[in-house]
Amino acid sequence: MGEFLTYTVIGIFTGAAYAIAASGLVLTYSTTRVFNIGHGAIGMIFGFVYWDFSEKQGIPVWLSLALVLLVLAPLGGVFIERVVARGLGNAPISVSLVVTVALLVGLIGTAQIIWPSEPRSLPFFLQSHEPIKLGSVIITWHQLITIVVSAVVAVLLWLLLARTRIGVAMRASVDNPELLRLYGGRPQLVAALAWAIGTSLGALAGILLTPVVGLQYYDLTLLVISAYAAAMLGKLTNLPMTYVGAMSLGLANSYVIGYVDRVPFLKDLVGLPAVIPTVFLFAILVLLPQAPLRIGQVKGMVSPAVPTLGRSALSGGVLMIGVILAVLGLSTANQLLLGTAATFAIVMLSLVLFTGYGGFVSLAQFTFAGVGAVVYAQMDQPNLFGLLAAMVVSAAVGAVVAIPVLRLTGLYLALGTLAFAQLMDKLVFQSKWAFEFNNPLKAERLSIFGNRIEDTGGYVVMMFVFFVLIALVVIAVRRGRLGRMLVAMRDSQAACGTLGLDLRWMRVGLFAFSASIAGLAGALFAGLRGLVGPDDFLYFKSLLVLLMAVVWGISTVSGALTGGVFMMLMLNGDADLQGVLFLLLAAGAIIVARWEPNGLVSVLFRVPRLIQERLYPALADRYPGMALRLQPEDQADEPIGDDTGELPAVREGEEVDSDAVAAR
Amino acid sequence: MAVPILEVMDLHAAYGRIEVLRGVDLRVPRGAVVALLGPNGAGKSTLLKVISGQMEATSGDIHLAGVHVSNAKPDELARLGLTTVPEGRSVFPNLTVEENLLLMSYAGVSADQVFDTSYSYFPRLAERRYQLAGTLSGGEQQMLAMARALTSDPALLLLDELSMGLAPLIVEELYETVAQIARTGVSILVVEQFAQTALRVSDYAAVMTGGKVVATGEPSEIDKIMADVILGGAA
Amino acid sequence: MPLLHVDDVVVRFGGVTAVNHANFEVEPGTVTGLIGPNGAGKTTCFNVITGLQAPTEGRVWLDDRDITRMPVHRRARHGIGRTFQRLEAFGSLTVEDNVRTALDIHDGIKGLLRAVDGSADLEIAALLERVGIAEYARDRADSIPTGVARLLELARALACDPRLLLLDEPSSGLDEAETEAFGSLLLELAQEGRTILMVEHDMDLVMNVCDTIHVLDFGSIIAQGTPAEVRADAAVQKAYLGYAPAPSSTEASV
Repeated sequence: MGEFLTYTVIGIFTGAAYAIAASGLVLTYSTTRVFNIGHGAIGMIFGFVYWDFSEKQGIPVWLSLALVLLVLAPLGGVFIERVVARGLGNAPISVSLVVTVALLVGLIGTAQIIWPSEPRSLPFFLQSHEPIKLGSVIITWHQLITIVVSAVVAVLLWLLLARTRIGVAMRASVDNPELLRLYGGRPQLVAALAWAIGTSLGALAGILLTPVVGLQYYDLTLLVISAYAAAMLGKLTNLPMTYVGAMSLGLANSYVIGYVDRVPFLKDLVGLPAVIPTVFLFAILVLLPQAPLRIGQVKGMVSPAVPTLGRSALSGGVLMIGVILAVLGLSTANQLLLGTAATFAIVMLSLVLFTGYGGFVSLAQFTFAGVGAVVYAQMDQPNLFGLLAAMVVSAAVGAVVAIPVLRLTGLYLALGTLAFAQLMDKLVFQSKWAFEFNNPLKAERLSIFGNRIEDTGGYVVMMFVFFVLIALVVIAVRRGRLGRMLVAMRDSQAACGTLGLDLRWMRVGLFAFSASIAGLAGALFAGLRGLVGPDDFLYFKSLLVLLMAVVWGISTVSGALTGGVFMMLMLNGDADLQGVLFLLLAAGAIIVARWEPNGLVSVLFRVPRLIQERLYPALADRYPGMALRLQPEDQADEPIGDDTGELPAVREGEEVDSDAVAAR
Repeated sequence: MAVPILEVMDLHAAYGRIEVLRGVDLRVPRGAVVALLGPNGAGKSTLLKVISGQMEATSGDIHLAGVHVSNAKPDELARLGLTTVPEGRSVFPNLTVEENLLLMSYAGVSADQVFDTSYSYFPRLAERRYQLAGTLSGGEQQMLAMARALTSDPALLLLDELSMGLAPLIVEELYETVAQIARTGVSILVVEQFAQTALRVSDYAAVMTGGKVVATGEPSEIDKIMADVILGGAA
Repeated sequence: MPLLHVDDVVVRFGGVTAVNHANFEVEPGTVTGLIGPNGAGKTTCFNVITGLQAPTEGRVWLDDRDITRMPVHRRARHGIGRTFQRLEAFGSLTVEDNVRTALDIHDGIKGLLRAVDGSADLEIAALLERVGIAEYARDRADSIPTGVARLLELARALACDPRLLLLDEPSSGLDEAETEAFGSLLLELAQEGRTILMVEHDMDLVMNVCDTIHVLDFGSIIAQGTPAEVRADAAVQKAYLGYAPAPSSTEASV
């Protein structure tokens, strides 16, 4: 009994901390409709700031707390609202989620720059005081403080939201910001306040949990999953239900940790306690009711023109020649790096399909690569059959992830994938079915029809052949029926539904397809490296891949290729520079996602046309004798185009023309 | 002649490529009640949206008390003394009656004053002060929305389709309040489908069809042509 | 037996009742009008019939089948097609690709064969010709005028060969001549055996083409009958004008 009560106290403590984090998340989401994936990272970074103040610089605890919670965190929140989050509430989730993922990565980068990796620890509050003993139950002061603070936060939030005019305005702006403006209210002021408080609550939860979780970059960042799971019980908007959710989650967590050893089957799952929030989350997702189809159009998006297959094949050929020449000149170590770049590029192709064309967001593409790698290595069939099996299993796992969120909107699918990635990291990849703990798997080089490609250079060339083939498939999909349906689905869900398209299964199918491509990349990577371990497929890499693809162009094959190369350069560069690179990547992704959704490559491709259109006419004016003219056919056929600027448009409608040109 | 409280000149506005206002000219003299009538889809509500700053005009001018205000933000206009009661559900359904009233006290009026005025005009709201606005009947919701018109002492009041979805008896009651507000000297522009009810309280009337004002005049003159305009011309 | 029966449907949003025990039937092969003042609940009725909005109470029957809980896309497969009041054309596709997508969705796997033999192209051209927007075939759907976009939605719905076609304010954005042509197209479609239910504000059009009219006000049906009956109905005039004109003037305008 005493043991049970002790676990209960620990559960309530954990639940209290989750509740603080979750209420911050709910506050920002419900007032601004921006779901902040970086909420856990906020807790992480302010955990570091607080450590820096109180431990490193020796500022008194109370002052450090006041500085962090009342000054820096609210300022940070206002900064995020102004610079990062403003206007994202109505953006498609492929923009708003990417931006907050960038926030997460940027915060991790910042933490790495300011506090380079080394062991640090934050003591519990009043650690030196004797714990309180109530019979057989022991309560530490830290636990008690957390529980009390959580209750105080609940009361203060209730007072704010129910009793003050600005708090009432916060709730009003959820329902109808437009009407609030007519009332003379300022929705932006309300949003800034919500972010300030939300950030401060995230920081508070981070500080309270750091002594338990430890002061490092990644685990605290995943606090967002617990907060999200708790908040889901209140559908991300209801604070009392969020508290209930947080407490249930905290208790469930504590009991599992306490009693897992006594259940024979679960005993082997060393990672189980770490994934309770994810399991909890999926349980709630399955129970949520069907979301209605969205009526009301998304503004017609301008996508880059898609090259014809013939032209793509030609570009593929040129790429292959380039790769072969490069491989000939590179050392084996560098050939391996080039192969790694190919892996990233193929994973990004899966995102081109899912995010670039489909408009959905996945935060687990690298996890699917991991699934593919495990299947390929465990089956010990280093041939096309093994490759196919890796793809099929990845697709099946993708479908399993997507089905629970079948009835919900894209936001829940994306958040579900993050939870899934964490589950795989902590539980499955660590188990004996996959890598086991600290035990890399051996994989052999691929054989094609009995010819084993042992030479590293040859293997890298083969990987790029796969890249080109998949790119052609992706482009063919985009130009064909499926691609048109994807565009249609993005433009109007309601119209697609009333024409007879089952959007739910379409989404599951697309996700499975995209997962299978990522799985293929993982299998090829396993063959390339010979040894693969769980660290190769950490959830964080999926986030980096997403951002890198966004920066270079998530809707184009050339963006995926360039992104793959830069991803490899970033992860294999100087370790001291990594934080800076993460920060740059995050800033780039925020800028690109908001202002140049087709990515940097499409900007580069525009340069020649810009020259043609600005320079040629000017020259022609000056030197009438020179035969400088615009060449319209060439423009329509250009692989990447875009008309967000004031340049003449290469629109999807004109694909038809380029087809006609190609047919002639 | 005195500067009109509202003057709209050659106003154009569009939803995307769809032009909804095609050169609207309209004046509301100071202290007058003007009824703006017309069939569905004539652009009446769009015009109010542009005047209240919820939608941008593509061209044309809006003067509020002689000041050029085209494309100002709705919250700025609200603080300048423009009170808009938009059509449909213009209350916050998940807030209680009292919380809705609390939000109305933005314009420098104290919350207690808002409560007192509203409850004395509409005693039914006092009975339901702790009830969520979304659970009120349509008429009670509209009373709540009107409370803002009552308490904010506006320079110009814009009322959009007060009668929408309400029983005629309640509409009468609401227009009784409009008449009371008008007697205090507030200038009012009221958009309405219930032509006659609106005409009874107004000093002038204008008729819109196809994104333009096609007729203006005394209420009695306009009344004669309304049946034809709305239920289709004499076939 | 009616093709469609909206059976005592209630839709509440929070405390607001958008549709209040609406009850009406649509006979096969007719053009039926659903009219009423702004905010009467017409579009919400359409959303309930097509499955975009679940009713709070009541049922929807198609033939003899209860489709109240059927998902949107399966209703389409059972022959319900619609257009939208707020346009829902696929803005980033061309006009012909809008129709092509509808055909693809309708045909499913069969469509792969049709894409090869070219019969899809012919059908698309025929549909665009039929609604009278063939000249816009290659234009992006977000660059065409409203009236054209409404006709495009009609062509797109027709691509799925619906038995019951719901048109939400189809004539707004059309000029007089276009409206007239559109009226004859509706009659033609009805002659083919399609059933049309139409929300429309152009009373001349409604009075000319509809066999039956249902009048919705406060979410309930307040009158139904032939155009002449509805027009003379005192309750209808009250709903539209807020009062019933003297009988003499009514007769004068009928």
